Amino acid sequence: MRARRGILLAGTGLAAATLALTGCTAPADDAETLTVYVGRDEGLVGPLIEQFEEETGITVEARYAATPELTALLLEEGDRTPAEVFLSQDAGALGALADADLVAEIPSEIADLIPDGFTSQDDSWVGVTGRARVIAYDGEQLSEDEVPDTVDDLTGEEWSGEVAFAPGNASFQSFITALRVLEGEDAAAAWVEGMAANDPELTENNLASLDLVNTGQAELGLINHYYWFRQAAEVGAENMRAQLKFLPGDPGGIVNVTGAAILDGAADDEAARAFVEFLVSEQAQRYFVEETFEYPLLPGVDAPEGLPAIDTLVNPGLDLSDLDSVGESQQLLADNGLI
Amino acid sequence: MTDRVATPSPRRPWGLIAASLVAVALAAIPVVHLVVRVLSADPAELAAVFDRPRIPLLVGNSVLLAASVTVTAVALGVPSAFLLARARLRWRGAWAVLAALPLAMPSYLAAYGWLAWQPSMKGFWAAWLVLSFVSVPYVTLPVAAALRIGSTGLDDVARTLGRGPFGSFMLGTWPQIRPAVLAGALLVCLYTLSDFGGVALFRFPVLTTAIQQAYSASFSRDEAAVLAVLLVGLALLVVIGEQVARGRAARRIQAAPTAGRRRMTRLGPWTAPGLLLLALVPAVAVVVPVAVLLSRVLTAETLQAFDGANLAQAIGNTVLLSAGGAVVAVALALPIGVLAARHRGRMVRGIESSGYLALGLPGIVVGLSLVFFSLSVVPALYQTALVLAFGYGILFMPKAIGSIRSATGQVPTSLEDVSRTLGNSRARTWWSVTARLARPGIFAAALLAAVSAMKELPATLMLRPTGTDTLAVELWQRTDISAYGAAAPYAVALLLVAAVPAFLLSDARAGREATREVIAPETRAGREATREAIA
Repeated sequence: MRARRGILLAGTGLAAATLALTGCTAPADDAETLTVYVGRDEGLVGPLIEQFEEETGITVEARYAATPELTALLLEEGDRTPAEVFLSQDAGALGALADADLVAEIPSEIADLIPDGFTSQDDSWVGVTGRARVIAYDGEQLSEDEVPDTVDDLTGEEWSGEVAFAPGNASFQSFITALRVLEGEDAAAAWVEGMAANDPELTENNLASLDLVNTGQAELGLINHYYWFRQAAEVGAENMRAQLKFLPGDPGGIVNVTGAAILDGAADDEAARAFVEFLVSEQAQRYFVEETFEYPLLPGVDAPEGLPAIDTLVNPGLDLSDLDSVGESQQLLADNGLI
Repeated sequence: MTDRVATPSPRRPWGLIAASLVAVALAAIPVVHLVVRVLSADPAELAAVFDRPRIPLLVGNSVLLAASVTVTAVALGVPSAFLLARARLRWRGAWAVLAALPLAMPSYLAAYGWLAWQPSMKGFWAAWLVLSFVSVPYVTLPVAAALRIGSTGLDDVARTLGRGPFGSFMLGTWPQIRPAVLAGALLVCLYTLSDFGGVALFRFPVLTTAIQQAYSASFSRDEAAVLAVLLVGLALLVVIGEQVARGRAARRIQAAPTAGRRRMTRLGPWTAPGLLLLALVPAVAVVVPVAVLLSRVLTAETLQAFDGANLAQAIGNTVLLSAGGAVVAVALALPIGVLAARHRGRMVRGIESSGYLALGLPGIVVGLSLVFFSLSVVPALYQTALVLAFGYGILFMPKAIGSIRSATGQVPTSLEDVSRTLGNSRARTWWSVTARLARPGIFAAALLAAVSAMKELPATLMLRPTGTDTLAVELWQRTDISAYGAAAPYAVALLLVAAVPAFLLSDARAGREATREVIAPETRAGREATREAIA
């Protein structure tokens, strides 16, 4: 009993220490401090933020979580958010914040750095990097020639039970939207219906789809290209069972962008503006190329070695603003029981 | 438990009811937030969500998984508890610790480890396996505790009248442990309904994965709220079901003997299967996934630079925050638990059920509601450790209620009456008699809340102070970039830190003490309390 009381006291002490912790970590209202919500991985973005801090002397309070969580958080916080900049994993999340009137306009000298088609139309956010939709295939079962050049073929019987994808994933859903825009509603509906009937392997995210291909559970996976490179960096490219096939011009091979927005409360904040400007600077764009194998969006910065040029992937019939109708795409997926 | 114990106090305890209502109001924040959101959403959009062909499948899967995991956890947990509390067993303390160890294992970590070894695992059976084995201790621990204080007197009578060993167990002991079994089953069922990490990794579509998709693709909080309300509905059915079943049990328990002997069973030929069961649960829930993850550390080609200071910081944050959360959880659960133990009636039942509901919700939903709440009520404390600890308290208060209720229920009201007769106030009586005797149970409640808080991820991501990483957050950050090598030290650290409360909960020491208190365990405690009350 005595020992128990000791532990109970220790517990109370710990709780008191928690209060003390509160004092230490409360955000400071320092002009030179910038709060950034980062919907991307800390291991990838952290070093880049350090570079920014060193160069500008601005202290960045970075809050890391997945993009969906941070988007939900920002929507819930509304205009009371402590965030000044949001670095997002996908454009859809930024669009949702823009629709809720939570973002400030990006100054045009920054917004104009990124070519049309890779950034927002109304300067509500700015594109930072691009990632291509690709087919990952099992290199032990298939040669590149045997992998279809277009997603249209995936509804065929020979791929029954062999295609993995994440129907709830935002970049998959923008591909569905691209399919609707490029091939028409009827063709897109037929494709989704055909896939749903083709015994697909449904996953929660791109990484899980890639893992299925890597472990031989599925022959094909519809993913974003850079997941492959990240995993190759961890285990060695020669150990990757999955291989990538790019689909130039096909709806299944479109380029999605990541981007950054300035939150409404920080509309006139110099530090916020400096950070967004830094993200589309040559230095940061090179960093993304080298560390995350993504496409740079700033003209003049070379794409990662071994990747097809971004211009070849972009379908001339598709404008980024066409991808707004993601709601209809979700309805299509829902009607076919995929989400 | 005796009829004397179960006698409800005649007077309505308004102070206690008021305190309980405050606790329930706080615990109801997530549910209220959801209902308000659903009511203010566009009805057409809500109808569209319900119209989806997939909704019946999701609800069906959630129900199927929760039911099968609960049944499995009970089927494995009750025999485990019997072995730990009533069988002659070598190394009892060690087995007790092993039996509690799965508590330290987050479902996502167990699933992750199994998948790293067997990538083809998916769907219902994979989710069932991992969730069942991870949740067995929720049944084993309370049932073993109930068996330790129960008696075998009626079993023996039944035996002499010709019943077999199983028949006399069902007649004599089962009514004594039934409330503990139900309390454990309730926690398992709600935990399974709310789990996201484990089911998502095994690609088994349920309501929680659909809620996550609503946030991640459509960025629609309304759609997520509709699905979450469905989940609350299921949780409500489960809570009501448990109360109905417990009500019946409470009436039957009056027939149980007042005190008596506890006979230890000799296992004989059942030794091998018994030990196999005790070994199987921790093996599936902990040993296999951890072994696989550790082997990844050794084989991962680039073992990322390991940052010891960062790990130490994360351990410190985890311990402090979960301890704070446990204190809040117990503070909220105390009035509800005491009320439920000492009083009856529709109002008491309503208060207790409402206390449990938030446990059926996934962490992201609870986290968002607390974001809204703290920004509206205490904006200055938003994204501080205080609000996060408070959030843990609300999330895991339901796990504390059951333990506090049964611990309080076991304190004989006659002792309180003695203290009152001696002129002590209600408050002093509660503090020096009831709380003193129920302390082990209150302590267990705190530990259960703490171990849950250590493993919590989604609400932590929402509510933590910017830049404060817990072990679960660090682990998540590393699994996200498929860096097995870098994730492993954090996985092991989380398991070791969470194993401390799990170890204390295993009550390995109590197991030894209990053997000395075979006869009328209440007597010694009662003597102590009487002394205290007189002093």
